Formats: sequence, C-alpha cells, structure tokens
Amino acid sequence: MDMSVAFDVNTALANGALVTPAGPPPKISAQGVNVHYGEKHALKDVCVNIAPRAVTSFIGPSGCGKSTFLRCINRMNDTVATCRVTGSILIDGEDIYDPAIDPVELRSRVGMVFQKPNPFPKSIYENVAYGPRIHALAANKGELDAIVERSLRKASLWEEVKDRLNESGTGLSGGQQQRLCIARTIAIDPEIILMDEPCSALDPIATARIEMLIEELRQAYTIVIVTHSMQQAARVSQRTAFFHLGTLVEEGETQAIFTRPSDQRTQDYITGRIG
Amino acid sequence: MNNHIVKSYDIEFSELDRMTAEMGGHAEKLLADAFAALESRDPRLAEATVAGDRIIDELEAQLQERAVYMIAKRQPMANDLRHIMTVLKIAGDLERAGDLAKNIAKRALAVSNESHPKTLMNGLRHMAELAQRQLKDILDAFSSRDDKKALAVWRGDAGLDALYNSVFRELLTYMMEDPRNIGLCTHLLFAAKNIERIGDHTTNIAENIHYLVTGEILADDRPKSDDTSTLMPKSRTGLNG
Amino acid sequence: MTDIGFTSQGIAPRRTDTRSVAAKARLKARYRSNTRFRWYGISALAIASAFLVILITDIFTKGMPAFWQHSIVADVAVTEDIVDPDGKRDPSAILGADYMALARTALAAAVPGIEGRTQKKQLNDLLSSGAADELRTEVAAHPEMIGKTVKANFLLSDTADLYLKGDGTPIINSAPSLGTATPSATAGEITVLTTDTDFAAALVEVKKDIQSKAAALSAEADRLQRLNSGTTADRIAELRKDAKSLEARLSNPNSEEVLDGKIASHLVEINGGLVKVTKLASSVVTGDVLIPLKSTEAAAPGQWQLITYATPETDRSISDRGVAFLEHLRSNGHVEKQFNWRFFTAGDSREAELAGVRGAIVGSLLTLFVTMIICLPIGVLAAIYLEQFAPKNRLTDLIDININNLAAVPSIVFGLLGLAVFLNFFGLPRSAPLVGGLVLALLVLPTIIITSRAALRAVPPSVQEAALGIGASKQQAIFHHVLPLAMPGIMTGTIIGMAHALGETAPLLMIGMVAFIVDVPKGFTESATVLPVQIYLWSDLPEPAFQSKTAAAIIVLLTVLFVMNGAAIWLRKKFERRW
Repeated sequence: MDMSVAFDVNTALANGALVTPAGPPPKISAQGVNVHYGEKHALKDVCVNIAPRAVTSFIGPSGCGKSTFLRCINRMNDTVATCRVTGSILIDGEDIYDPAIDPVELRSRVGMVFQKPNPFPKSIYENVAYGPRIHALAANKGELDAIVERSLRKASLWEEVKDRLNESGTGLSGGQQQRLCIARTIAIDPEIILMDEPCSALDPIATARIEMLIEELRQAYTIVIVTHSMQQAARVSQRTAFFHLGTLVEEGETQAIFTRPSDQRTQDYITGRIG
Repeated sequence: MNNHIVKSYDIEFSELDRMTAEMGGHAEKLLADAFAALESRDPRLAEATVAGDRIIDELEAQLQERAVYMIAKRQPMANDLRHIMTVLKIAGDLERAGDLAKNIAKRALAVSNESHPKTLMNGLRHMAELAQRQLKDILDAFSSRDDKKALAVWRGDAGLDALYNSVFRELLTYMMEDPRNIGLCTHLLFAAKNIERIGDHTTNIAENIHYLVTGEILADDRPKSDDTSTLMPKSRTGLNG
Repeated sequence: MTDIGFTSQGIAPRRTDTRSVAAKARLKARYRSNTRFRWYGISALAIASAFLVILITDIFTKGMPAFWQHSIVADVAVTEDIVDPDGKRDPSAILGADYMALARTALAAAVPGIEGRTQKKQLNDLLSSGAADELRTEVAAHPEMIGKTVKANFLLSDTADLYLKGDGTPIINSAPSLGTATPSATAGEITVLTTDTDFAAALVEVKKDIQSKAAALSAEADRLQRLNSGTTADRIAELRKDAKSLEARLSNPNSEEVLDGKIASHLVEINGGLVKVTKLASSVVTGDVLIPLKSTEAAAPGQWQLITYATPETDRSISDRGVAFLEHLRSNGHVEKQFNWRFFTAGDSREAELAGVRGAIVGSLLTLFVTMIICLPIGVLAAIYLEQFAPKNRLTDLIDININNLAAVPSIVFGLLGLAVFLNFFGLPRSAPLVGGLVLALLVLPTIIITSRAALRAVPPSVQEAALGIGASKQQAIFHHVLPLAMPGIMTGTIIGMAHALGETAPLLMIGMVAFIVDVPKGFTESATVLPVQIYLWSDLPEPAFQSKTAAAIIVLLTVLFVMNGAAIWLRKKFERRW
C-alpha cells in the first residue's frame, strides 16, 4: 500500500516525545532508556513522556519490550539478576535510577497490577491491609479499616465483598481478584499505577468492569497500561505508545494512533498486516 | 492494500471495492441514459433508466450490510477503518447520484411530447458530459487510491458550477421570452440542477478519497462558482446586457 | 489470489489407511499392547503388595505376642520381718527388702509337693528375676500393706511366658483309659499298674519314633559314607552303633521302653497328681511324681489318663516339671494374661520379659529433637538464601552440586565423620543423644535443604512480585508471603527427613549408641540408644523371647514412622494452597 505521507521516526519522536507538549509537565519522563538482559538488548533508546492523570497504553507484539519498559518504571527489573538498565527515567523530575532512590520506597509510589490476578492467599482484608501495614500508613485498627474500605470502594469491590472480608482472596472470581489487586495497589496511595495486561485473563464482563474502573482512577492517578488488545487501548487510554523490536516506534494521542498512525509499522501492526 | 495476515480479510476488502466500482459504473450509465432520453425524447429509454436505479439501491443496501458486518467482525483499525467508512459514504453518494439521474429520466418522460429547440440542449449536454467525466475520474481515483486525481476532480467541480450558471441564465431568458416555455424550461432547469448536484456528490467522494488516503479531512473551502442561489431575474435588460 | 493452503489445489484425497485388513490388525495390536502394558503394571503392583503383606504379616504374627505377658496371681503375705525387719517404715529399707523371697513363698504355696532344692529351683525359675518389682513399688507406695496378705502379680520368666503363649509343646490327651489304675505311692518314684493294656498304643508310638530315629541315623551314616572321607570314619561308626542300639530296643515289640529326653514325654494324670513316665510297658509304667498324688487308691477307668508332651524335653526350653507346674497353676486360675505395659515403660534388659523400648524411644526422641533443632533453621535458612538471595556464580553452583551429592553419601560416612569430629575432636560424650542428633543432622540436612528449595521454587513468582509491587522489601516478601506458602512443603520434607533419621542405624553405631543401656536417658548427654539400634541389638540375642521383642519393636518403629508420614500428608493437605 502506498503511504502518501511518509514519516520519519525521529521526527515523530521529536514531535511527540522529546519536545514537552504544552500543558502540565510530564509525570514520567524517560530519556535514552536501554535495557539488556544478559546479551539480549531488550530496549533500545526509549524516550517518552507520560502525562499525569491520564491513561497511557503501551501496545506492540509479544517480546517488543513494552512490559520490560513498564517494569523499569517501578524498578521491578532490579529483581532480575541479569538485567541492566541505562539511561534515565524521571518521575516528577527525579531520576528513579539515582543510587539515592530506594526501590522499595519507589514501589510504594509506583504501584503495579499484574497480568494474572495474584491476590495473596490470605483474607480479602489482609490483602488490602498488607501494604498500608508495612508502610505504617495507619496508626490504629480503625484507620486501617478505613483505608481498606476506601480502597475497596475505589476499586468498586466493596459492595461485593463487604460481608466476607475474612474470606480468602483467592476464592473470588477472576475479575474480582483483579479488582482486589487494584484495591491492594490503591491502598498504599501511589501516584502512578502500572498495569501489565490486567485483563488478559478475564472475560469480557470482568474486562468491562476493570476498564470502567481505570476510567475512574484516571481522575486521581497516572496510569500506564500494557495491553495486547488494541480495542482496549483505544477504549481506555488517552495516549498510546507502540513498541516494536525493542524500540518505541510511535507515541501520540490514542485517537490519532488508531485512525491515522504515522508509521507504517504501527499501521501494519494495528491493522493485522504482515509487517 | 492487501497482505493482511488473515487472507479472507483482504478478500472482503476487494469485494467491497468491486461493489463500489459496480455502483459507480451503474451511476455513470444511468446519468448517460437519462440525458440521452431527455435529449432524444425517448420515453422507453427514460422508463428503463428509471427502473435501472433500483439496481444501485440494491447494491448500496448490500454494500452497507457487508461493511457493517465487517466492522463487527474485524474491528478494523487505522486505514482499514477509514477504508470501510469511505466506501460506505461513497456508496451513499453514488446512490444519491443514481436518484438524481432517475429524476432526470422522470423529467425526460414528462417533456417527451414537447418540442424544444436544439440549442437549448447544448448547455445541458455539456453539463452532462462534464458530470459523467467527473464521475468516471473519481471512480478511477478511488480504485487507484489516487489522491491527486481526486483533488483534481474536486477542483474540477467549479467548471460544472459555471456551466450550470450559464444554463440557468439561458433557461431563465427563454422563460422570460415566451411564457409557454416555462413548463419545459422548469423541467430542464431541474435536470440541470440535478446534474449539478451529481457534481457535488462527486466532490464529496473526492473528499472521502482524500481522507482515505491521507487520514486527514479536507478542510479547505472548495472553489465555488454556483451563484444561482443569489441570482434574481431583475430585468430583461439586466439579463441581456 | 493465493497459492497457500489447499484452496488453490482443492482437497487432496485422504491417504491414511484405516479400512484395510492390515490397518485393522495394526489397531488390534495397539490395543493388545495397551492391555499387555496394563497387566504388567497390575502384576508389578500385585507382587509389590504381596511382599508388603508378607512382611507386615510376618512382623505382626511374630511381634504381637510380645505385647502380652503372663504372670502369676497369688496371695502373698507381706510379712514385716522380711519387708521391714526394723519396723521403722524407712522407705529405703522397704524398697531394699527381698521381695523375691515373698514371691517364691507365694508361688510355692500355690504348687503342692515341692521337695528338695532341685524342685524348688525349677519352680522358682518360672519366675522372672524382676517378678517382685511390682509388689515392691506397691508396698513402698502403701506401707500400710505390711503385715497383711494381699493378692499380687508376679511376672513369669520368658520361657514360662513363651510356653503359656503356646510356644512350648503340644499337649496330647490320649484316649479315655480302659483299665483301673493303681499307683504304688503318692510321691517319689512310683509305678502305676493298670488292669488293661492302656499304654500299648503309646508304646507302639514310642517304638515307631525310635525306629524313625534309627532310620535317620542310618541314613546319615550312609550319607557320610558316600562322601568317603577318612576323617568321618569315627563319626560313621558312632552313628552305626547308635542306630544299632536303637534297633535292638525295637526287636521285641512288647518289651518295656525306657523314656529319655529325646523322646516325647509321657505323663500319667491320676488322683490329682502327675507322674512322669520313665519306663513304659503296655500295662504298667514307672515314673517320678511331679505333682503329688492325693492318695494311692485305685482310679476307675476314665478317672485317670495318659498325657503326652509331643516335643521331646531336650528340644524345648522348659522342662517337663515346669510344664507340669504351669499347667497346674493355669488350671487353678493362678495365671493371668495382661497387656505388656512394661514393654513401653521399661528400658532394655538382659531378661526378655523385663526388656522394654522406653529407653530406645526416649533416646530416639532426644536424638531427633537435637536433629530437628539443628536441621530445621539451618536447612530452611540455607534453602531461602540459595533459592532467593544467592548470586548465580561458580561458587553457588559448586555449593549446589555438593549439597545434592551430600544427600547421596552413605550414612556410615556421616558416622565416621561424627566419630572423628564430635567425639575425638570436640570430646563430646559417647553414646549420647546430643552426638547422635548432630550426626543425624548432618545426614538429614541435605535432604531438608533440597526439599525446602523445591517447596520455595514451587511458590509461584507472582506472589513475590505482588508483594514487591506494593513496596514490600525482598525479605518481607519472602517471610510474609513466600515462606508461609512453602511451609507445608518444607514441613513435609522435614518430617520425611526426620523419619529417615529415625530409621537410621549405621552412623549411630560409629558413635557408640550401640551399647547395652538399661536406664532410660534423662538428658542429651546421657548414654542412650535409639529404636533401630535397639532392634539391631535384640535381633542378635539368642533367646526366642527376644525374637518376638524384636518384631514388636519393629512394629513400634513402623507405627512411629507411619504416624510421622501421616502427619506429613495431613500437613500438606491442610495447608496446601491452590493458586
């Protein structure tokens, strides 16, 4: 197919990412991020700005590095022995790879929701209360109860579980488990919530509930979501970034990416062509 | 255009294009037949033309059904989405063009008994030929995804408008000269207006092709030269002079 | 439009052959091989279970009798001049008194007609050397018993006990007597004369027995002769001579026979007494009185009888007199069978009837406690470090391999190590549970580390990620979330390791836990033994009663092992989580 308007990736990056767009300063700003897993160069020179109180989705084929980049934002990659991260990622202008930054403290600011719902095999209450407890967010039982209720309400799970807070979290349905995980993340009052394919193990109804929840959470949190469903990215996010073979190909408004992407690789990926 | 991972997706698209081209062909033929019927005062041809419009309507209905099902089935993105939306809108325009041609054929039936001077038809013939050419060009531009050609058609509509202006004035003059001409001339005037409307649909199609190819909506104002909406026969002298 | 797939070429005809005779035969062969394989499996299982059943049955039939014990119930006069000659009621004096004398007196009272040292000794031999222990503790606890006559239990010796359990001789009562029998006296060596040929049948049996013995001797002589070895010439001559003398006795079928210990014992029960036959003729017997007769009156037919102890006296551990005494006691209701609590409350002993497994059980518990205290924390922490924190490099790989290799080292090597390090170098006491526990800890540690690592690995990483994701430190994530989930697996591994340690003998032999220890150990540094070593020790002893004890101890050990494994399964089921 003939693309009448040819785009240079670098131009796109310059327009979309490096030049700070008008409006609020970016919440997360990555500059020249490279990730190596042993010999494998998993992420190459990723530069991107992520806007505050908005949903940014990362799309791309499997193994393109989107999850790797997501895990760089809360330094979850630190737990992988062979992983090496270079470049800088700034959150509110502060480099999180600075030696002075403690990854444990960082992760209380940058919460994460995983692909498979992974509640602790404990009670629903304990699942939510664990984070506030280790971070000493509550002075007494009453405050802790309040945090648990507030978090479950925010995750729109309260009405469903308020009568069985002492039952096991693993006994909930898949969608409820995922919302419990979101509540657990909200409970530590993070600024950023990272979601790694949060709906890939859920049925459409549960997916819809999570998506509605993401829409509500956007008012208070900066959300970054990795997804394989382009429709989901289109539905929930304001901005979308397309990763391919370890590089960030294109980042821009979700509407533009899904109706008139500027890069041929993006177009081929989202329309299901051999790229 | 093709090379989707799912081959049947490509087949569905080419089928959509084929149906659009078929509609376009029918619309072209309908316009030509309608004008021929008007010029030669051939009631049988006129009736056949009126009947021929049904094919376009049916094609449009089919195409719309397929396009909607494709959206549901494939959840198209980017240029695929634009492609389906464009085809839907082009089909609508072509269907309207078919309706207008049918209307001309109906008027041909109405005036088939009246004699009218050959000179009266010259302007109209020019209009019809130009409109047919525009229609053909825009269909070519669609099948070849030729944005430049589409833009040329888009700009070319100004010529049709200008022709329409002169036909309008001419028919107005006839009517003022002899009130017995009013019946015939009104029909001819409507026929001319219909042709001009077909031209407008052609520009719509051109705009859609531009969106399909570039992803951008044609924002500039099209050069317009149809000023008949503001024209009034103030005086005979004014018109003659 | 495309040339891939079958769309452009049409569908090729199916080539797989399923209908032909050959194909059907192949299919049948496949099913046959299926069935065959299933039968292999079933038969393997059947053989294995058969072995198991045989083993268990054998152990239980041998061991179960050891859980019961016979004792004599008799009235005993707790006389003050024996128990407390000073009359001070001094507890130590009461404990130190000669209760055995009381027991002997009581027993003698229950059996009439005991005369002379030999008979007294034979009677007293029926009692265990610890027969009076029970009475001793009772009197010590209740001094008010002194001076009274009380009912008391006196433990029988192992041979007496075995006899009462049926492991002595079958007793055959011959057909009802036909003649009237007249004994010549009530005690000493007497003759019993009967008016009929009541003993003829017995005489025939005895002669048959002698004949078969003579035949056996001749056969043995023939066998040796065939070997044709010069050194056996004397032996052959001897055998021939014996055989000949036996045959000579057979020459006259009606001649009387002198009975000795090599022939089944014959006894005449008459007038409430028992006569052991020494000379047997068809209508008269001469014999020694074992139980005195009440009178010398003639006994009418059916009022007396001939009894045979089928096993010759020399082939059994209990004498004819002993059998007679026990049968007398039994028929008078003096013998009582009770559950052998002593087996679980006593330590080891040279006397089978007194020996118990308590010392071994306590020793095993103390040893296992030491093993557990050392193994569990070290093993689990090592596993956590290796699994979660250790950097992956040559050193940790080396440690890894060595731990795996250590699990395969023969256990005796650990015993040698314990001997060299703990006893010789650190100078810890020999035979002590402390050292045994340390050695077993070395033995079990690799197993615990390996199973704990496997249990930790089995916890899905998502749990740890979840905890890290909400800002828990790595240590918090592991101790709050991963470890509790791995705990059932770790516990299972530990219990199985402990069971392994419980059954281990070889390394303990090396550190001296194989000694004969009577006392139940009271501390970690006292001499002790453990259950498997106790089994090993008992299995070596010649007394038949100890064979039964060995089997009983094996039952105890197996029960403990089953309980431990059951606990492991229960723990796993109870705490098993599904993710």
